[in-house]
Amino acid sequence: MDLQKIPHYNEIPALNGEFTGAAQKHKETFRERMYEKNKVVPSVEEAVRLTGLKNGMTVSFHHHFRNGDYIVNMVMDVLANMGFKNLTLAASSLTDIHAPLIEHIKNGVITHIETSGLRGKLAEEISRGLMDFPVIFRSHGGRAAAIESGALHIDVAFLGAPSCDPYGNANGYNRDEENVSCCGSLGYAKLDALHADKCVIITDHLVPFPNAPFGIPESNVDYIVKVDSVGDPKGIMSGATRFTKNPKELLIAKTAADIIEASGYFYDGFSMQMGSGGASLATARFLREKMLKNGIKARFALGGITGQIVEMHEEGLVQKILDVQSFDLIAANSLKNNRFHQQIDASYYASYLNRGAAVDQLDFVVLSALEVDTDFNVNVLTGSDGVIRGAIGGHPDTAAGASFSIVVAPLTRGRIPSIVRRVNTIVTPGDTVDVLVTDQGVAVNPRRPEIAEKLRAAGMPIFTIEQLRERGERIVGMPDPIEYDEQIVGVVMFRDNTVIDLIKKVKHV
Amino acid sequence: MLFVPGNNPGMVRDAHIYGSDSIMFDLEDSVSVNEKDAARFLVYNALMSLRYGKKELIVRINDLSSGLGVMDLEAIVRAKPNAIRLPKTETAQDIIDCEREIERIEREAGIEVGSTKMVAAIESALGVLNAYSIATASKRLVAVALGAEDYVTDLKTTRSDGTELFFARCMILNAARAAGIDAIDTVYSDVNNEEGFIAEATLIKKLGFDGKSVINPRQIPPLHEVFMPSEKDLEKAQAIVQALEEAKKRGSGVASLNGKMIDRPVALRAQHMIELAAAGSFVPVEEV
Amino acid sequence: MRIITTGVAGTMESSDIIVTVEPRAEEGVELTLSSSVMQQFGRQIEHVIRETLKELGVTAAAVTAVDKGALDCTVRARVSAAALRAAKSAEYTWGTKQ
Repeated sequence: MDLQKIPHYNEIPALNGEFTGAAQKHKETFRERMYEKNKVVPSVEEAVRLTGLKNGMTVSFHHHFRNGDYIVNMVMDVLANMGFKNLTLAASSLTDIHAPLIEHIKNGVITHIETSGLRGKLAEEISRGLMDFPVIFRSHGGRAAAIESGALHIDVAFLGAPSCDPYGNANGYNRDEENVSCCGSLGYAKLDALHADKCVIITDHLVPFPNAPFGIPESNVDYIVKVDSVGDPKGIMSGATRFTKNPKELLIAKTAADIIEASGYFYDGFSMQMGSGGASLATARFLREKMLKNGIKARFALGGITGQIVEMHEEGLVQKILDVQSFDLIAANSLKNNRFHQQIDASYYASYLNRGAAVDQLDFVVLSALEVDTDFNVNVLTGSDGVIRGAIGGHPDTAAGASFSIVVAPLTRGRIPSIVRRVNTIVTPGDTVDVLVTDQGVAVNPRRPEIAEKLRAAGMPIFTIEQLRERGERIVGMPDPIEYDEQIVGVVMFRDNTVIDLIKKVKHV
Repeated sequence: MLFVPGNNPGMVRDAHIYGSDSIMFDLEDSVSVNEKDAARFLVYNALMSLRYGKKELIVRINDLSSGLGVMDLEAIVRAKPNAIRLPKTETAQDIIDCEREIERIEREAGIEVGSTKMVAAIESALGVLNAYSIATASKRLVAVALGAEDYVTDLKTTRSDGTELFFARCMILNAARAAGIDAIDTVYSDVNNEEGFIAEATLIKKLGFDGKSVINPRQIPPLHEVFMPSEKDLEKAQAIVQALEEAKKRGSGVASLNGKMIDRPVALRAQHMIELAAAGSFVPVEEV
Repeated sequence: MRIITTGVAGTMESSDIIVTVEPRAEEGVELTLSSSVMQQFGRQIEHVIRETLKELGVTAAAVTAVDKGALDCTVRARVSAAALRAAKSAEYTWGTKQ
């Protein structure tokens, strides 16, 4: 080949002596460099300035600190003080601790919210019509898909992390020292970091490079701010996943485990997910006994991971764990220490748009419900009084993905029936729900006659969902209907980001 | 038999969902002196309006000497539970006195006389020694039960591995069998000690007791497990029942299996065993 | 039945209702009800309270009730117990189950 035929061959500097086009070469040690030339900025305010955030833009947050989260309130206070208006707050979820946002909404700092759920005072105020523009509720998988497709564009992500190095490798725990704000997986934050135009990590533990293995890689991070504390450990690990001693929940859990055993989806090498809630988490306990008795192992457990799943992993009953969110300290520590406890992001977990989500590999999932209607539609978002008090989470994603979805609920809660003619808010459509387990009977979706057949063959009594509804109403009586105004306060998206239901303003709260 | 504190509306409401064979609403020890009237109203109103399916419903009243017992009967008998449990039974006379009150109320209320059954709880040394005369004191009696907490105090000892209750259990069981009624064992109060509970349940099953009182729904599944017949026994029982049905189809009053005639007690035991097995495997949910 | 003192029955636990019955100078029952299920069952609870008092022959009373999701039979039981305590009476006509 004649090299001279390459255009401008003679002008290539490297061929005519020393190449001088490269950037200035480092001379200091890596350690010196780490503390002088890095991405750490002195304050949240400075980080905000550097990101170029403007009025009307979208800021995002994760909810791995649950009810102990300091980040959302901290950042929104700064943004309010800096005079920002008309912002969209896109959090993976919001909870009781975020009540101070009410003021920012009233003052026009926040004019739109996207979240998986709302609780406490903020939820009540929004149900009363606090916001002109309705809140968009998405499932974890739906949010991931919206971010990927651009339907939800994040301008700046502010992501709290229990540890981070000066270049932005961030983790939900700390390998270098003990820390209290440990949250385990950063599954929801990972995706925000990847897709946001600018990404700010806020940490209370700045550790030496490299903070590996990392949850969020430095390649996704622009700025880092060190603060005293990112969250209250009591609220981060709220103890919501302690093993229940409530006899009714145990009864439901035992029945759910019996159903799984009889369903045909309990075999050596099966896969599972347990949703949050006493009865669904306790189901793992009863399954464990059955696994030991029958010599059966699970190939993997997915989801929000708890200590119970970790225990089963450590005794060899669950081979691999895919963890998008660690619910307790045992789970967080396992993520840190166990080789086959894998951190996954929200898209890998449940997006319908990517090239393969883990929920699609589930044999079964056990999910809680606030309300179920006679078409098997499930509500986990609004209470029986119509007020928002929950979160969609991965409910519709896992119900749709799993081959066999089990919804557990007490027949009545106090005087409120769980089985109703029509749920207040459809979160998970009935055609993805296969079995309903209550403390007073089991109903199988007529779409799954083969499941009903298997349960009957195992000697399990089965009712129609109508019978269960009647039974509940006979005990507590017929509730008066809730009165709504016309104003729409929430739009509920299915996992494919089409609208599945609307939440209206309640008349009296 | 599931004990339910009579002044707790949540537990009174849900008592039937846990798979126990019977429910005992308590107006006695679990209710403080100041709340006796409130508990009486609560249990009465629950029995009047709630549905408990096929569960056997029993109400433990206060003892008659306290003055509260008769007030309890005035309300409860009219709400028609299956049986009244009389605590602290020491002599046949206690049963006779209680029966007199029940019968009076049945007549006043227009309830069929004799329809309210009785369970006698024996909770003292004297009661244990009088077990047979107590068990035969009334046709209303369907069971005698041991109440161990008061009994061990009376004996000047405490609950331990069961040695201390051996005599009382044998006396009560023998009295019940001689009288042709059921014998029910006492409660095991350490709810968190499942191992200890299973050991005690295994012991009393070996002795021959028909059942055991439980204070927490969590104790029901292990109890059913202990009382669950073995697979071999169950197969035999099913064969017996089948033979009986075939005999009935043929119009014959006599059934036999493998050349041996099946007499009535054998048939009854087989039936009971099958019911036990059915009750044990899943929590039974009935139409209510 | 005449209310002569303050009578209280029930607890603040879930599925219970705490009912306070007090004397009232004028005729009529003045009822203050709050409930965790006010919107869905407030009407029904009020109805049961008033019916129970009527059956007891209570025509003048100030009643305060704080409900935590009690069933009708519990409401009846607590109102009856509170009213009898407030009347310092033990007289009650027990009905027979049909």
